[in-house]
Formats: sequence, structure tokens, C-alpha cells
Amino acid sequence: MLDETLLKREERAMLALRSLYRRYGYRPFRMSRFEEYEFYMRNKDYLESGRIITFTDTDGKLMALKPDVTLSIIKNGMDEPGCRQKVYYDESVFRVPAGGQQFREIRQAGLECIGEIRLYDVYEVLLLAAESLGAISDRFVLDLSHLGILSALLEETGQEESFRRKAAACFGSKNAHDLRDLCVSRGVDPAVTERLCRCASLSGPLPEAVRELEGICPPDAADCLEELRTLSRLLGDTPWGERISLDFSVVNNMGYYSGIVFSGFLEGIVDTVLSGGRYDRLMQKLGRKSGAIGFAVYLDLLSALRSDEPEGDPDILLLVPGDADPERVAQAVRKLTEKGRSVSVQEQIPAAGGYGKCVRLEETESC
Amino acid sequence: MLNVALPKGRLGNQVYGLLEQAGYDCPGIREESRRLLFDSADGSLRCFWVKPSDVSVYVERGAADIGVCGKDILAENNPRIYELLDLGVGKCRMAAAAPKGFREPADRPLRVGTSFPNIVREHYAALGRDIDVIHLHGSVELAPLLGLSDVIVDIVETGSTLRANGLEVIDDFLPISARLIANRASYQFKLKEIREMTERLKAQVETA
Repeated sequence: MLDETLLKREERAMLALRSLYRRYGYRPFRMSRFEEYEFYMRNKDYLESGRIITFTDTDGKLMALKPDVTLSIIKNGMDEPGCRQKVYYDESVFRVPAGGQQFREIRQAGLECIGEIRLYDVYEVLLLAAESLGAISDRFVLDLSHLGILSALLEETGQEESFRRKAAACFGSKNAHDLRDLCVSRGVDPAVTERLCRCASLSGPLPEAVRELEGICPPDAADCLEELRTLSRLLGDTPWGERISLDFSVVNNMGYYSGIVFSGFLEGIVDTVLSGGRYDRLMQKLGRKSGAIGFAVYLDLLSALRSDEPEGDPDILLLVPGDADPERVAQAVRKLTEKGRSVSVQEQIPAAGGYGKCVRLEETESC
Repeated sequence: MLNVALPKGRLGNQVYGLLEQAGYDCPGIREESRRLLFDSADGSLRCFWVKPSDVSVYVERGAADIGVCGKDILAENNPRIYELLDLGVGKCRMAAAAPKGFREPADRPLRVGTSFPNIVREHYAALGRDIDVIHLHGSVELAPLLGLSDVIVDIVETGSTLRANGLEVIDDFLPISARLIANRASYQFKLKEIREMTERLKAQVETA
């Protein structure tokens, strides 16, 4: 019988996520930890950090420890009209995290839905993102934004790529003041500037924020706004509706992502715990015709949550002389463990580590 | 409770003045003492002084929900935070300076002495100029005088240190001031308090 209290928080989360993803028809995706280095080099910009751990295989090929899962899933799938490849994973990746200085093994779970992506698929993936966060803690926020609207707003400025990069960075940091200065310095139309700055500051519950967006969204992005309206209605009917916000600081990499993008936060964890979105552009760059949407949950971050896990200390520290009769010791331990207590047999009290109660062998009868 | 990281020194005092005018008060914070943390009477706010260059680290890592940090530090370190407001204090600029009469060498990389290597790399990359960055940790003005670098890139406030050393600004490219920053996760879960502080400070900045 599995004692779930012995599992770490990330292990319990993964069990819950596996069960959740299977309920929606996602299949497990298994992969090797290695991939040819050249594959990542071709898609280096997609990776959060360009730094990769490499080694030379026995046949002389330069290999990499996987820094990412999505690229491998795309590479190993095929386009099948009318069908969706739905997979989930629980894998370790090896990379330098954003803002970090050293390589780390990062355990992440996630799912990918690849194929002709319809609005239902987008809803389903967003619902599963919310459910994933809810399976870990009910104190979460899922922020989503629409890169189609951001692209249309940037298009309206008539500015070139370097402006767009800087403007997107301002969106990412909710920096409306520098965005305004940037627009003024480039002579962007004041009405367009105003709409851009309002959008950069926009964040709030989905229904209200979508209504506010109606006065900001360019006509060219009317279909994107309609998509958000529908998602707002659908997600509003779920138990998680109040925890989902529209927030245009979620920008991801616009070279690879398009459409809906989203980030999840759990109270008590200072970084993004879940990240995902629609990545049709990445699919195109890898020669695939299908669209795709997915997300990753960074399970290693869960250790920052207040621990309710057992410390590993035994209930009873059983002090036994070195020459004690082993049968007597075995009998004493069996009695205690049968009562549901954990026991550590020692001759002396160890300097490190704790225990519930210290008991001498002759005292076990009274325990 | 909102944890607020303030930069030690003159800028921090100016910023705390703005907080006071906006109706926030952490008794004892202006007194000389060895205390490190200062709580408001109602327990809604906790302020603490940290080294200016560490403010963004405290905020990015969530030890502080909110902080005040110079744009120079944000541009150099590019922390994953939200930048909510330009507080309009601590104004200066990031500029390239060179000895008077300096002519840029066309046949070799430009040697740039600076304490801000990332800002310098990005600036000159945008100009398409090949450079050799010389990372210094202080007295940057000395570098061109001793032939260590051709130019320097540094913070310029009044320009008096440059003038005293025979240097002049040749490229003034990044306006700097103090910014109100927030941790990304704190923003989600303490939205009401952070927005209220931002609005109250914004009103003070606009009045000023």
C-alpha cells in the first residue's frame, strides 16, 4: 500500500498531473535524455539560455543533455490532418535557468497538443493549465495574453523590428513609462501610443479586462479579441474562472509563439511555475504544417512551498548495547513498527538528525 | 504586509520622502541605529535599506515585494521584475565620454572602459561598432587618461568630474532615474496593495 505522505510535494504533484492529463486523452511521451547537439544549435533562439551541456558519444557525434522537451516532441511527431497528437511528459532538462549562473537539473511536467488547433483545443489546454496549478495549490493565478493583439498593435506603429523588440520588452516588465518615451522618440502616432500604453498596463480578471480591451484592440485583431471573449465565457464556467486574468506582460518569445500565451503563479513561489502558449511559428520553423499549443510546469520550484513533508526523523531512537541479543532487538523493533512507529536502532545518540523519543532496549515494553 | 527594499544613501532618503508624502510611515527608519527592518504601525508595510545594486536582487528573488532601483542597474542586470513607475528622482544619464578633441579610431575596435559592460555591449551592437569592453569597478574616468581605454561609458549627473579630468560627453544615450519595481509573483498575490502604492506614489510624482 502506497503511503502518499512519504512522497515529496513534486512527486505528489506529478501523480496528480498524470491522472489529470490521462483523463483528457493525453498519452505519456518518453524520450532519451540525449539529443544531437546540432539539433539545438539550429533552434538556439528558442531556448531560454543558449548554454547546453555537451559530450562526445562513442561514435564521435557531439551530443547534448536535453535542455528542452518541446523541441524533441515536435521533431518526433508527424502532421496528420484532422488529428491531434496529445502527449504529456515528466522529464528532467538540463539548463541554466533564467537569471541563474549555473547549470541545473530542472524537473518539469507538461503537455503538448499538436495538430489543427481549434478554439476548443486552446480552451482545453488553458483549463488543464489551471487544473494543473489547482492540483498543487488552490492559491494560484493564471495570466494569459494574446500575441495576435500585441502584434497588431505593434504593426499599427509602422516601426521596424528593433522598436518592436524594445516595445515587447516594455510589455514584459509592465513598463508603460519607457514604452511611452520610446514611442515619442520614434514619432509614433499619439493615439496609437496611448493604446499601446493602456494595453501594457492592462491586467485584471478576464471578463472585465476583455471588455477594457475592446477600446484598445486594433480592427485587424478583431478575431483575436473574439477568441478571448469566447475563452472568457468558457473559462468563466469552470471552478477556476476567478483565478484567470488577462495580463499583457506575458509575451514569451514572439519569434516562436503566436496567439494565446500564458503564465502561472503559485502563492509562496517567487517565479513563474507554469509557462505555455501557442507556438505555431516554432512548428513552421521546424518544417511542420500543424499548429501547436502546450505548457510546462516547473516541478523543482515546488520545494519553495512551505513544507508539510515528514523530516525523515524516526519516531523512536532505540538505544541498544553493541553486545545485545539480536533476536531481542529484532523483537523490540517488530513490536514498535507494528504499532506504526518508525524506529532507528543505534548504540549512541547520533550527533546529527532528530528523533521523536529516545528509548533504551529494556524500556521497549512500556512504549 | 508589503516588504519594500530601499536603496541606501541619498536616493533612498529622497524615495522614502516620497513614500512619506504618499501617506506611508515606518517609524525609526530615519534614525541612526543598527536596526535593519522598520515596520509601519499598522503592520501593513516593512521597509529595509539595502545596497542600491542589490535592490533588484531582493525583489527578483521575492525577499522584497517592491523596491526602488536606478534604471542603470535594471538596464545592466535585466532582472525578471515588473517596472511599474518612473519616480522622477535621482535623474542622471548614461553617456560615453572621451578626452577633448578625441577622434574615434576607424582601424581597430574601440576600447571602452565601464562599470556597465552589458549596457555598453548592447549600445554599441545597435550601432554596429566593434568594441573591446574593459570592465572596471570604479574611477572609470582614469582609464582614458592613462591610455587603458579610448572612451568611457558611465553615469553622468552634472559632468563636473568629467570636466575636471579633461573629458567631455560624446554620446548621451540612456536617461536614468529611480524606478519602482515589483516581484512578478508578489504582483499577482498582493495586487491591491501594490497597485495602491503605485497610484499613491504616481500622484506624488505628478504633483512634483
